[in-house]
Amino acid sequence: MSFPWAKEYQPTNGLTKFLDEKLPLPRLVYNAVGAGYPVPRNLSYFWNFGVLAGFFLVLQIVTGVILAMHYAANAQIAFASTEHIMRDVNWGWMLRYAHANGASFFFIVVYIHIFRGLFYSSYKAPREMIWLLGVVIFLLMMATAFMGYVLPWGQMSFWGAKVITGLFGAIPLVGEPIQIWLLGGFAPDNAALNRFFSLHFLLPFVIAGVVILHIWALHIPGSSNPTGIEVKSESDTVPFHPYYTAKDGFGLGVALIAYCLLVFFLPNYLGHPDNYIEANPLSTPAHIVPEWYFWPFYAILRAFTADFLIVPAKLMGVLAMFSAILMWFFLPWLDRNPVRSGHYRPLFRKFFWFGLIPAMAVLFYCGGAPAEEPYVMLSQIATAYYFLHFLVILPIVSSIEKTEPLPTSITAAVLGSDKEVVKGEAAEPVAV
Amino acid sequence: MRQLVTPRLIALFVGLFFVLAVLWAFVTGAGTVIGQGYLKEANAEQEFHKHPNKYEFGFNGPLGKWDQRQLQRGLKVYDEVCAACHSLKYVAFRDLAALGLTEGQIKAYAAKKVVPGIDPVTGETTTRPGLPTDYFPSPYPNEIAARAANNNAVPPDLSLITKARHDGTNYVASLLTGFQEQPPELLKKFPEAKTPAGLHYNPYFANLNLAMAPPLTTSGQVTFDDGSPSDVQSMAKDVAAFLTWTAEPNLVKRRQTGWAVMVFLLFATVLAYMSKQQIWSAVKPKTKD
Repeated sequence: MSFPWAKEYQPTNGLTKFLDEKLPLPRLVYNAVGAGYPVPRNLSYFWNFGVLAGFFLVLQIVTGVILAMHYAANAQIAFASTEHIMRDVNWGWMLRYAHANGASFFFIVVYIHIFRGLFYSSYKAPREMIWLLGVVIFLLMMATAFMGYVLPWGQMSFWGAKVITGLFGAIPLVGEPIQIWLLGGFAPDNAALNRFFSLHFLLPFVIAGVVILHIWALHIPGSSNPTGIEVKSESDTVPFHPYYTAKDGFGLGVALIAYCLLVFFLPNYLGHPDNYIEANPLSTPAHIVPEWYFWPFYAILRAFTADFLIVPAKLMGVLAMFSAILMWFFLPWLDRNPVRSGHYRPLFRKFFWFGLIPAMAVLFYCGGAPAEEPYVMLSQIATAYYFLHFLVILPIVSSIEKTEPLPTSITAAVLGSDKEVVKGEAAEPVAV
Repeated sequence: MRQLVTPRLIALFVGLFFVLAVLWAFVTGAGTVIGQGYLKEANAEQEFHKHPNKYEFGFNGPLGKWDQRQLQRGLKVYDEVCAACHSLKYVAFRDLAALGLTEGQIKAYAAKKVVPGIDPVTGETTTRPGLPTDYFPSPYPNEIAARAANNNAVPPDLSLITKARHDGTNYVASLLTGFQEQPPELLKKFPEAKTPAGLHYNPYFANLNLAMAPPLTTSGQVTFDDGSPSDVQSMAKDVAAFLTWTAEPNLVKRRQTGWAVMVFLLFATVLAYMSKQQIWSAVKPKTKD
């Protein structure tokens, strides 16, 4: 896609002309993230997080591939080979801490990216496909991160794997055979570790593939923006390069500072001490907790403590945990209000800031806490709100809400007037 | 409008299903809580467990450094006290160079240790003096032997102990100095929580009763070559420092690298900010002030 005013790629020398004729890769890059991609001029820093997520995906793949050269996926020596990386491999400690904390940062960045999409309803037409692919990426990330955490073969690796694969045991009738088939045994052991390593190596490349589709789908309608109104004229946009490459460069610098503080000064802050104890099937840790980025969904899983109608409590929890993410797929068809941005939706905005965000915070906190009162009751209330928010409140609010008046154009929102266009750029109305 | 309403109606029913299910669980749970009359049953572990004390170490803080002499003293405490029961299997003798031991000292140190080997003539398993490339030998041939010798409680490997516990360095120092009589208030309140025979009361241990007998009991138990005080507190601190090094030998190098990375990143980020400002100045509206 492009707007009619998008700059066209001009090969300047023999090599680029040759390439453009045979394999127009420079043209592709130019149109994807170069001057050939016009982007709304009013993006806030919340629009930096897509590029940041891409950066952390690449960082995870690079550090992960090198770690895989030194790691041994065998239950007998996996833990020792991790220590070998930490002690004997040149800069191995840095690679491993960069990879472990890189996973955390990937999730931080992606959570902000998702909640930006929720607040600005970026999932609405014409951008449904971008959102759907994004949810797929998030699901793949969760699977990848879960299997990666198993690889060091510490206590939390082992017991986390046991709990999570145990979820499949909740499926009626076929649950137990499925669980045994997934693990290659009755409990996590060498067979499970080997397949988790294989899949942990494979899935990031699948993610990279879906990311390409995600960006491709983005380039059909173009980027959304904080006003939620569509681009109308050339003065509404600036070319991605140099404007957003420069802004993303600064954003990346800030993100890397936060990330490196963690890697070099507090590398085990987000981890669990028990994972420095080698896996022991005969000794159950006092509290089995997953990595922090799973806490909200772990809290939902554990909130269902009673059988409901004919559904056993455990199955109910598993259904709810998966539904909590899968229902995101239906958001574009649940929230039908044509106004996108939360800035112009007073009722939606209240439910977002005073409902969804506190509920997520409670779920996050309770997911990391032991399964005892008052955490269970708190997470039950928050879970109820979570489902109510997406499946009941959002559809109703989107039908009854009186939205605030939108600016006439992006340019008007930035400059206060449509007339006052940037020097050198004509504000010609474009037939859409 | 029908096709707009239908997905929302389905969502409404699905949503209400989950909400009712979780509220049902809430009501059931609330019934139990009210029935018990109290949120949580009190127990001795919750009331008498103590968090580790905070100790001063040279390697604390982002600019901290190892005190090599302290690490050497800690090695001596490990050697003469802990090593009787605890292995240190991820540390090799060659690693001791980081403590300031010379190559000759490491060779001599390793040679004093007996490690498992293979007789080059007969192929029988045997023992031989250690080499710098060998790892600290385990005091027991296998886990069953360790279990048998210690009343069924396997002494954990100490290589990673300070990373395998919350606030590990302070935990080790606190635990080693924390053995005491059971407080009378505890016994008064929880008579059933009396420390069983063969265990030892220690408030820094998760369930208060530890199989390990107090290892550091008397001043001068270990004689330090540098004349440092060897009271129980000092020995505990020194061995905690040593075990911090065994768990994270790259601690100081990591932070030093971190400082270099930070200086570079701050510089690069300031540059990135300035270039972003310059590029955007062409299209940014002038602020009215």
